[in-house]
Amino acid sequence: MNSTLHTPERVTGTSSPLVRLSWTIADTWTITRRDLYHWRLQPGPVIVGWVFPVMIVLMFGLFFGGAIRVPDNGGYFSVLLPGMFATTMLFGLETTMITVTTDASKGVTDRFRSLPMSTLAVVLGRCIADMLNSLVGLAIMIAAGLLLGWRWHGGLDAALSAIGLLLLLRFALLWIGIFMGLVAKGPESVTAVQILVWPLSFLSNVFVDPSTMPSWLGVIAQWNPLSATTSAIRQLFLNPGWQAGSWVSEHALLMALVWPMLLVAVFLPLSVRTYRRLNR
Amino acid sequence: MESRAFAIAAHGVRKQYAGAKKRAALNGFDLEVRPGSVCGLLGPNGAGKTTVVKILSTLLQLDDGQASVAGFDVTTQARQVREHIGLVSQHAAVDEILPARQNLIMFGQLNHLSSRQAKLRADELLDQFALTDTGKTPVSKFSGGMRRRLDLAASLIVLPSVLFVDEPTTGLDPSGRREVWTAIRSLVATGTTVLLTTQYLEEADQLAHRISMLKDGRVIAEGTPDELKSALGGDWLDLALSIGSDIDAVTQIVQPVATGSIHIDSEANRISVPVIDRTRALITVATALSEARIELEDISLRRPTLDEVFLHLTGPSETKNSQEVAS
Repeated sequence: MNSTLHTPERVTGTSSPLVRLSWTIADTWTITRRDLYHWRLQPGPVIVGWVFPVMIVLMFGLFFGGAIRVPDNGGYFSVLLPGMFATTMLFGLETTMITVTTDASKGVTDRFRSLPMSTLAVVLGRCIADMLNSLVGLAIMIAAGLLLGWRWHGGLDAALSAIGLLLLLRFALLWIGIFMGLVAKGPESVTAVQILVWPLSFLSNVFVDPSTMPSWLGVIAQWNPLSATTSAIRQLFLNPGWQAGSWVSEHALLMALVWPMLLVAVFLPLSVRTYRRLNR
Repeated sequence: MESRAFAIAAHGVRKQYAGAKKRAALNGFDLEVRPGSVCGLLGPNGAGKTTVVKILSTLLQLDDGQASVAGFDVTTQARQVREHIGLVSQHAAVDEILPARQNLIMFGQLNHLSSRQAKLRADELLDQFALTDTGKTPVSKFSGGMRRRLDLAASLIVLPSVLFVDEPTTGLDPSGRREVWTAIRSLVATGTTVLLTTQYLEEADQLAHRISMLKDGRVIAEGTPDELKSALGGDWLDLALSIGSDIDAVTQIVQPVATGSIHIDSEANRISVPVIDRTRALITVATALSEARIELEDISLRRPTLDEVFLHLTGPSETKNSQEVAS
């Protein structure tokens, strides 16, 4: 029969750890590339995701910025942009959750699980694709910031550390996204998260000085992981920031490391456990 | 043990979903499928068909009992099982944004083919499943039948020794259904063992060598389509009476050809008679009715429906319920 001419033989049997590792890398690349194809074939949603934070910056900067008092007489953009870099990382949470939920509800996850491919690769591929997505989003935000007059005043090493902290926050949010995507009942739950992201980003030092909030809310805002990263990168970029004089704001750099690591420590095992328990 | 002789063997499998209703999804499920044959798993919604497929394809853990696929235990040798199976689940589990060819290349690479091999195989499968001219169209724009065929193709990139097909035609229009049937038939020729689940007796009849009937998580009957049908007493003769005709008189007339209990629906003026010798029964009844000068709205022969198969197998206690549902 002509149709089985190229029917390949399956590579079977247990293989050495080295061979397994090389398959994991190959599988990871295949899964990553799937997302890159999505960007090319259906660029709309990805581009909207990249441009949306720029729109928020323009809205807040131009509509509300004039009414907000900025320390050291800096422009509002110089305070807002570092905060929006961090918020861009937070928005990435939705991207992760949507892709994970969609794959689970369409049966694509089950197809992957029924293949002799590496289980780790499904997660690693997701991880790399989403980090790349956020990296491009961040680059676009930085470019937009530079056009709007935002500058970093520290050295290049400080600026790169700031970008490192942002990506660390994104990495932590990735695991929250995977976990929530796996437990979500369907695309409807994504909408709930898309709405909840807003109070989460407003309850921080991204847009305003937390000390202007009712005192108990101000405390929560200061302890928000988003605030920690925002304060830290404002310091590294030598941009103006709100000095609250509290312990958290004094130790922003430390907290910008501790918070994401804590989130990873909680949500990475939770995600792995949930993925493994899909067979219950 | 003897499990090698079977491509699929399951014994006393139990499964209860965590936090689910009290009833177990599978409750002592047994199955033995010979290599190279097509087994139809037939049952209504909620009978446990999908649970069987998920357990056998290692997506779900069983609570009790044992199951092996291609000679490997699904619990302890899941990886080896995955190297020998293909799965066509109820969702068309393909990437919606990618076109057909890219989907097949991606799954080919995840099956660890080289990219050249993956491309060759993709083109071959596109040809085999009549999807060559879909070009760059994303799968989200495909018809239901096309999606199913792509899903089948994706499961056959590396020819599996056992293929699971879960309700392949649910939700398809008749032409989509025919497309899928043709595709599955062409597979059987390659020697792959197929486990097919379906709600439709006709589908199992068309495609399967042996049928296992599933109800409430266990097999209640097993055999070739012919064996099951003869166990049922064959076909049904349906009579639609005109309004005001004498149901009792008609029942008297059909009694001699009936091979089981006659179903009478007095509200709809319908009588269903189980018969074996189709044409002879039809002629006998038609002649007798015309001699008695009883006019009918309609008279027809048909195969038993799944409902009737279950009625027959589950006994009279449920007959009443189903009869009410049917009327």
